Amino acid sequence: TRPAQHKSGLLYSPECNRVSYKFSPVKSLFWSGEKGFHLLFLLSCVSEEVDYSSYGTHSLTRKKKAVVALRNDVNRKRPHIRIGMPQDFRPVSSIIDVDILPESHRRVRLYRHGSDKPLGFYIRDGTSVRVTPHGLEKVPGIFISRMVPGGLAESTGLLAVNDEVLEVNGIEVTGKTLDQVTDMMIANSHNLIVTVKPVNQRNNVVRASRISGSSGQSSDSSGSTGYPSLSTTAMATGADELESDEESDIVIESTPPPAPVEHPSPPTRPLSPSLNGLSHHGTLRESNDSLHKILSTMRTDPRHSLALPRGGVEEDGTVITL
Amino acid sequence: MKRFRRHGQESQRERIKQELYGFNKTVEHGFPHQPSALGFSPSLQLLAIGTRSGAIKLYGGPGVEFMGLHDENAAVTQVHFLPHQVELVTLLDDNSLHMWTLRAHHGVSELLEIGRFTLTGPPGAPPSVTCVTAVLAHSSGDLLLLGTEGGHVFVVKVPGFRELEERNISLEKVTNSVPEEYGGRRILEHVESLQENPVNQRQVLIGYGRGLMVIWDLDSQSAIKHIPATQQLESVWWTEDGGHVLSSHSDGSYCRWKVAGDDPQSEQEKSEVPYGHFPCKAISKIIQLPTEQGPPFLFLSGGMPRASYGDRHCISVIHSKTHVALDFTSRIIDFFVIRDGPGHTGEPSALVVLVEEELVVIDLQTEGWPVIQTPYLVPLHCSAITCSHHVSAIPLKLWERVLSAGALQNTHYSKKPWPMTGGQNLAPDPPQRDLLLTGHEDGTVRFWDASGVCLYPMYKLSTAGVFLTDSDPNDNLNQGTEGEWPPFRKVGCFDPYSDDPRLGIQKIHLCKYSGYLTVAGTAGQILVLELNDEAAEQTVEATVADLLQGQEGFRWKGHTRLEVREEPVTFPPGFQPFALVQCQPPAVVTALTLHSEWKLVTFGTSHGFGLYDYQQKNNVLVRCTLNPSDQLAMEGPLSRVKSIKKSLRQSFRRIRRSRVSLRKHHVNNAAKLQQANARLEAELAEMELAPVQRKIEPRSPDDSFTGLVRTLYFADTFLSDSSHNTPSLWAGTNGGSVFAYQLRLPPVECRGEDPVTAHPAKEIQLMHRAPVVGILVLDGHGSPLPEPLEVAHDLARSPDMQGSHSLLVISEEQFKVFTLPKVSAKMKLKLTAIDGSRVRRVGVAWFGSNRTDDYGESGLTVLTNQGDLHVVSLPGVKLQVQYPCIRREDVSGIASCVFTKHGQGFYLISPSEFERFSLSARCVVEPRSLVEVPSQTPSATLPRALPDGASVERRYTHCFYKSSARRVMEHALLNDESEYLRNNQTTLTELNLNQLQHLCE
Repeated sequence: TRPAQHKSGLLYSPECNRVSYKFSPVKSLFWSGEKGFHLLFLLSCVSEEVDYSSYGTHSLTRKKKAVVALRNDVNRKRPHIRIGMPQDFRPVSSIIDVDILPESHRRVRLYRHGSDKPLGFYIRDGTSVRVTPHGLEKVPGIFISRMVPGGLAESTGLLAVNDEVLEVNGIEVTGKTLDQVTDMMIANSHNLIVTVKPVNQRNNVVRASRISGSSGQSSDSSGSTGYPSLSTTAMATGADELESDEESDIVIESTPPPAPVEHPSPPTRPLSPSLNGLSHHGTLRESNDSLHKILSTMRTDPRHSLALPRGGVEEDGTVITL
Repeated sequence: MKRFRRHGQESQRERIKQELYGFNKTVEHGFPHQPSALGFSPSLQLLAIGTRSGAIKLYGGPGVEFMGLHDENAAVTQVHFLPHQVELVTLLDDNSLHMWTLRAHHGVSELLEIGRFTLTGPPGAPPSVTCVTAVLAHSSGDLLLLGTEGGHVFVVKVPGFRELEERNISLEKVTNSVPEEYGGRRILEHVESLQENPVNQRQVLIGYGRGLMVIWDLDSQSAIKHIPATQQLESVWWTEDGGHVLSSHSDGSYCRWKVAGDDPQSEQEKSEVPYGHFPCKAISKIIQLPTEQGPPFLFLSGGMPRASYGDRHCISVIHSKTHVALDFTSRIIDFFVIRDGPGHTGEPSALVVLVEEELVVIDLQTEGWPVIQTPYLVPLHCSAITCSHHVSAIPLKLWERVLSAGALQNTHYSKKPWPMTGGQNLAPDPPQRDLLLTGHEDGTVRFWDASGVCLYPMYKLSTAGVFLTDSDPNDNLNQGTEGEWPPFRKVGCFDPYSDDPRLGIQKIHLCKYSGYLTVAGTAGQILVLELNDEAAEQTVEATVADLLQGQEGFRWKGHTRLEVREEPVTFPPGFQPFALVQCQPPAVVTALTLHSEWKLVTFGTSHGFGLYDYQQKNNVLVRCTLNPSDQLAMEGPLSRVKSIKKSLRQSFRRIRRSRVSLRKHHVNNAAKLQQANARLEAELAEMELAPVQRKIEPRSPDDSFTGLVRTLYFADTFLSDSSHNTPSLWAGTNGGSVFAYQLRLPPVECRGEDPVTAHPAKEIQLMHRAPVVGILVLDGHGSPLPEPLEVAHDLARSPDMQGSHSLLVISEEQFKVFTLPKVSAKMKLKLTAIDGSRVRRVGVAWFGSNRTDDYGESGLTVLTNQGDLHVVSLPGVKLQVQYPCIRREDVSGIASCVFTKHGQGFYLISPSEFERFSLSARCVVEPRSLVEVPSQTPSATLPRALPDGASVERRYTHCFYKSSARRVMEHALLNDESEYLRNNQTTLTELNLNQLQHLCE
């Protein structure tokens, strides 16, 4: 099975509780790998913390060297890495659309579903400096103000305090208030994609095509409008996953008993066949769709999340559908 | 080809949208917030009110209204109509003068600002030289005399504002022409008053702050007389015959001076301190008007004994042996007297008083001087508004019954018609009868005729009589006892003090077909009332609904339940309560719905919801929605947030008070104002210093108030199988849950005996957990189900029960359509994910096309927390149009919004004013009036005595509404605490906020 949803990504291995980074322009090295140039960098279960901030910091040649070295390093290491089946991994976050964004920007996707961790960051108002035809101009902006230790955002290492938030799920935040951006992020919190301009521009992913052309410090001239927003593929994928996410409103249907009932009793009307159909359909989908499987395993027992003050509903012959 | 066709469809849709939707803010109902100036034109019969936010509003006969807004965000301190003209001059507290006119423009006219002007003094002169303190619009109609703080009088030609420097009356000129002991050594101070001689327009009287008054001849440019008053001057009045001048002073005295004769120094004829012996407050304005036979009317504002009644706001009216001190509940801004007769020079007929919170008009020609009920400028906020409810298209029968119940309540008003008659109301008769019901903090519900431009009071319902409260019902009849001195008489209805905040009305639902009304309040009380044309004595039975349902570990920390009167209570004709439910814990009721056909009422609080059968008077269902870990929901009325807001409000009040208390023309006025401003800014800056950051975290089931019931809905639909529709009850909570119950109603013949039952049928937990603000069932055609009894009265098409129904759940973040009976998602519109706004208010409306009568669509009217209005189509849930309406910081404005069933709406732009808006292109209620303009031929010799306009030719001018000004208007309002509140509101419902606000007031 090829989980097409995971175009690129940072993978989280539950067993070793370590974070793996993979920088890749579009496709996954594991599961596809047709694209020519890749930069793969893995932390295996036993490897040391790697100071990745040293990459791409100084000179262009240095960067090239680093890249080469890295690739060699990876090649050398590859036999030692045990990579499990995709379903053993759970996506936690990923950098997407690297190929279409300016190098100074980073589009980060946080996968929250199933995780116990809070998203774990705060945003604030601030001032950003933009290069305009009239020179430098101060404009209001939204910034990450705080990371919660142990939160999802911090654990990815992809977001940092004072990063400027440019987009939320493909929608620019320019002109929006802090409250609006907050509400947008919360509304998208199940599949949050934030485009940031990292405060620390030294860790930027440097693309092959631009290595000779631009420095990592280049700042965009017109806010975040100079490039296409979320690439169509990413958008579509995001939307799809969002869909499946949204479908997951929990519906508890109970058949009406003939009289006020405290205990199960044979329903007066036959159970609606469509109900059965749906639960059937649900399992069908699960078996077909690995993603769905992942989602459903993560979603444990929906009844836990639904506050049922008096647990009488199941007793009434409840059917739970997903 | 396909694309081409689709393009055609889109443009077709755009055209339909234009025919259906259009946004207009049409009229402001109620009383202007913070009025600061009053003007009156006897010839136009128009009154003008200026406000502290720079608005200017003109009112004539009922329905004749105009509004303008100064670009400067400065308070209007004076308004003067130019005599016998359609122009008026306003003075702002930034010392600018503005000229306004009612300009005709082929058939229509509008209130327009046509000029502005600021006095410029000689170079190097201190600003006080040109700071205007007194304005006289000269009866010649083309001169404006401006007295300043420096004591000079500048003469300006209007309407063009051309300074006539050679005619200025400088302080030097005056001091040179009066005896040295008055002018020379003494500082005269500012010009307090400018008056024209009623019989000789070439003479004006200049009253200086220190007391000296000088009669100046405009032709000879010299002082011809001086009046040597020695007390600080407050106001001056030149009597009708020109023979006397009355002056009022800061020590509470007034003097009469004889000015006829050639003696250059006037004699004091009389000096009196009307409320004397002990030190008195200033008499800030004095008017004396003659009557044809008998003694004159004397009107005095203020002058009360400082120690014992210094806090009263009084106008004393003295006529012959009658002496009454009208005692107002708020500060007096200004007053004037309307006179009878063709030239408005006859008998005084009405006293018009503008106080800070209302306009009071006293009929001076009826025994006992009763109050005349105002057709506009009604004090909506006489007790703070806590909620509102709009009912469209009231059947005539109910309308008449409510009117007659109301008429019985208004017997104490004068029978005289409204004395202001300027202009003619040309607005077409409203297409239907609409009711706006406002709930108030004191437990009253007021019924307003909201059909047309004038929001007219119809009937007032008080629910306090059902309960035992601390107040004595006879307490408010505080008429002055015989022989009391001063002879106080309470007037006006503004009464901001609530006896018991638990009485506050929070939710209202009226069935217009059956006349059943249910109201619910702050202490969890739900009353069911029916309309009765006769008075009745009855006991109201109370039923307790225990919403905690045995959930353990909770202790309610809020207020106690209201105590019910056990003895029978006499209820006057009108809506009479016959059933009462009291929630336990007695938390504020957050949702309420009545189904008159099924005779059921459902209600919800932050703890759960219940279903009450008001025929059998018992609870059918009680459901607890409280999250066991939610302790905050037991705290009561949000004590912590309240205290923050309260302290904030107090500090604002303090500042305001210090601003208000600054005496009008006090010398160091500017300095004090600056000081106050600086303090305000400092406090604001302090607030901004607090780090503003927002946590990004998905909603959790453990959030506070997830169990708060936000919406309740009755529907006859396919709840459990697709072939049998049954009655159902739907409830939505703050935590994104929807509960559906199937209801079983006994057949009609045994409805009184057999129990109504409710069975849980469905529960939906929205994954995004945003508060559910609306639930709606759409029929087989995708139309919303009709209201109860609507079909029975042949007023709605019966719903389509053939096709499958669908369920629309509106959360703050999304509009989501589900199939029925099996609930599965069909369509959705994700509002918050797209633009970061959340749904605050939602209504269902019918939009008719303005091109053809036979086309229309149902749609959702939506107000977001950003203050934007949207129309969302049904059943497709697509955004149709979007209009910015309310400033996003104006939280209370957004929370107060109600929609009508025909695409209009109301929201509070201040505690006392509703803005009416329309989203419908067809259904627009806006003022259209015609103002009679007097011919511009004022007599040069007999200005005041001329029966103006009576015999001369008249021109008619249409009036046109200046809506752009209106749009700007709200920017000036409500900009104080709302910004701060925004930070606290995320988890609160607008209802809580609303409640909060009123608790704090």
